[in-house]
Amino acid sequence: MIPELGTLALVLALLLAAMQAFFGLAGAHWQQAAWMQVARSSVLAVWLAVAASFTALTLSLVQHDFSVAYVAQNSNSALPLLYRVAAVWGAHEGSLLLWALMLASWALLVALFSRGLPADFRARVLGVLGLISVGFLSFTLLTSNPFARLIPAALEGADLNPILQDPALAIHPPMLYMGYVGTAVAFAFAVAAMLSGQLDTAWARWTRPWTLAAWVCLTLGIALGSWWAYYELGWGGWWFWDPVENASFMPWLVTTALIHSLAVTEKRGLFKQWTVLLAIFAFSLSLLGTFLVRSGVLVSVHAFAADPSRGLFVLALLIFFIVGALTLYAFRASSLQSEGGFAVVSRESFLLLNNALLVAAAGLILVGTLWPLVMDALKLGKISVGPPYFNVVFLVPTVPLVLLMSVGMHASWKRGHLNLYAKRLTLIAVLSVLGALLIALAAYHRPGLPLTLLGFSAGLLAIGSSLIDPWAQWRRGQALPQAVLGRAIAHLGIGLLVMGITGVASYTVERDVSLAVGESAEIAGYRFTFQGTQPVEGPNYHAIEGRFQVHEGERTLPDLTTQKRTYRVQQNPMTQAGIAVAWNRDLFVALGEDLGGSKWSMRLQYKPLVRYLWIGALVMALGGLIALSDRRYRRQTVIP
Amino acid sequence: MTPRQRRITWVVAILAGVGLAALVAVKAFDNNLLYFFDPSQVQAGLAPKGKSFRIGGMVTKGSVMRAPGSLEVRFVVTDFAHSVPVRYTGLLPDLFREGQGVIAHGRLQNGEFMADEVLAKHDEKYMPPEVAQSLKASAPALVTPYAPSRDTP
Repeated sequence: MIPELGTLALVLALLLAAMQAFFGLAGAHWQQAAWMQVARSSVLAVWLAVAASFTALTLSLVQHDFSVAYVAQNSNSALPLLYRVAAVWGAHEGSLLLWALMLASWALLVALFSRGLPADFRARVLGVLGLISVGFLSFTLLTSNPFARLIPAALEGADLNPILQDPALAIHPPMLYMGYVGTAVAFAFAVAAMLSGQLDTAWARWTRPWTLAAWVCLTLGIALGSWWAYYELGWGGWWFWDPVENASFMPWLVTTALIHSLAVTEKRGLFKQWTVLLAIFAFSLSLLGTFLVRSGVLVSVHAFAADPSRGLFVLALLIFFIVGALTLYAFRASSLQSEGGFAVVSRESFLLLNNALLVAAAGLILVGTLWPLVMDALKLGKISVGPPYFNVVFLVPTVPLVLLMSVGMHASWKRGHLNLYAKRLTLIAVLSVLGALLIALAAYHRPGLPLTLLGFSAGLLAIGSSLIDPWAQWRRGQALPQAVLGRAIAHLGIGLLVMGITGVASYTVERDVSLAVGESAEIAGYRFTFQGTQPVEGPNYHAIEGRFQVHEGERTLPDLTTQKRTYRVQQNPMTQAGIAVAWNRDLFVALGEDLGGSKWSMRLQYKPLVRYLWIGALVMALGGLIALSDRRYRRQTVIP
Repeated sequence: MTPRQRRITWVVAILAGVGLAALVAVKAFDNNLLYFFDPSQVQAGLAPKGKSFRIGGMVTKGSVMRAPGSLEVRFVVTDFAHSVPVRYTGLLPDLFREGQGVIAHGRLQNGEFMADEVLAKHDEKYMPPEVAQSLKASAPALVTPYAPSRDTP
């Protein structure tokens, strides 16, 4: 009964979303206040229907209804409650439902918190969001209904993929999806602006908080994914340039560019056409990401065997929205003229460079991600593009980006002089270079890679430069506006991230060893002594646990344990790494296999500064949240 | 500077930037394109000599051998028409098993594939698409069109 109600709710949601789309767009076009009101009310109805459907799937999973194919494939009676709930988005069908719920939630938020918007503009935004909902709900219903029955019902479920049985999974996908789908709001604002021809500084001010909110979610989602990969499946790697990682990273880069370009549009009324184009790109890349993950066209750790018809459907959606928006853009762009100019050394110039570099990075990553597809389609051979490509094409634009950022943050609008900050910035730059030398030579005793010193210097410069404003205000005892404080903190996060990446890329030590009980191996001054293995029983798996004694010189550190788990149902082995965290490094042990001769294989790793990667991303998201709480976004004045 | 000159400066700067980026990209591309070959292609001499590539297929049952206590492992990758011996030193992925699909990255040396990375995907039902396609020709019975959906978001 519950699954049928779930399907029914989904069908209802589709119809209501169609109403939302029609009455929103048509109501605004013909200026029918009543229609626009209908569109607005249907937003809540869509949300309720999708939420009901989502609850139905959650209940089916929680209650072990193995007559539902999705439940039978992704759950098991021994699966702990947390993972039964997380299994809702553990596979394709359910994650689409999550997509739909996120979209409905964003639309609801827009409907609730947009009292300051002109009615027809709001109706258009909601209409566009409704149209996207229609696309995704019909995709779910036609190709991937999560409530499809399994006849005859399974006696027992096939269990959730063990790799997904982890607390971080409970938050990584929802966060990432929230960000992905959040780009739809910026897209809807852009399309509404093109339809109404109203693209002014007020428009930019309305769009900014939504874009920022999506960006915060995307930042957190990507960081969580990287952290999860690090300890769960990556054997200590934190980024693999996997197509699906790229699929989430490209929208992030473009959304980051969008946030900055919106700042210029709001403050100076410039870059209008470009801003609109970026909003279209950001959403298109999110859709492309969905297509890449869902179609299985790319070899990836995420994309498993998938149904080609699903890929075609998403591709059709992708083409509809991109072509539609770009056609609109072609007709309307000329009416979105920017007026005014700016000096070469001005904040506008720096933000222009920021945009150019971010988009260049996204473009180069896109080429590397899609190239295997192109080659395959043209029958030119099966290839994959290796991480070294991505490392190079990513660093070329981002190294200057971080350096320019540290200076550009303090440039003033319109006309350029950095006199006010030149002295302080020079001092910070000199200190950063000295600091970088100190870290490399005193702490790690070697210069590392060619870019190590540059990386540390850029990171320290970014941190120092971000702190100029908060520090000055604090000295004067004044409160900073939230937006300025948020900006400083977000850029500080970039600095921390750069420090983390530089440290872990330059000084990681990794060794695969074969040890018998009592034997030890040393890496980077840490001695690991294998203490032997013992069996451990988990709720739905059994495991062999290896124990290690760790010494740093003469000092004994707490023991590290690592498990090789075998889940009872799927019989897949899974490695649970042992990680010792300290402020300046991680120690990482992963148990391999019994090599015979009473020896075990294991991977030992020393990962300096790796935590600063994720801390940096968290700090960036925190900065975004603080900026989001700025008072000027909460002003509810109606702009005629 | 007149506005016109300024505009030209910007255009030139942007073009130079784009050109430079393209140059870097092409250069990086050339060095990092990894081709995929199946054992039949390798045995036919189609794989490059002295350059890395990827090989994929099934691990032949009973072919995995290692000296007790040693990290070095040898196994045979096959597409059921031809096979290639592989040698690898290090930790094998959790899902590496005989009779399962793998992809190895490395180079050919005296007829043996010296792997520096071995990949087996998360799912026991999963077969890397390249492997599935190359097997379609040589052993169609082993390839199901697609396994039940099971994927990480």
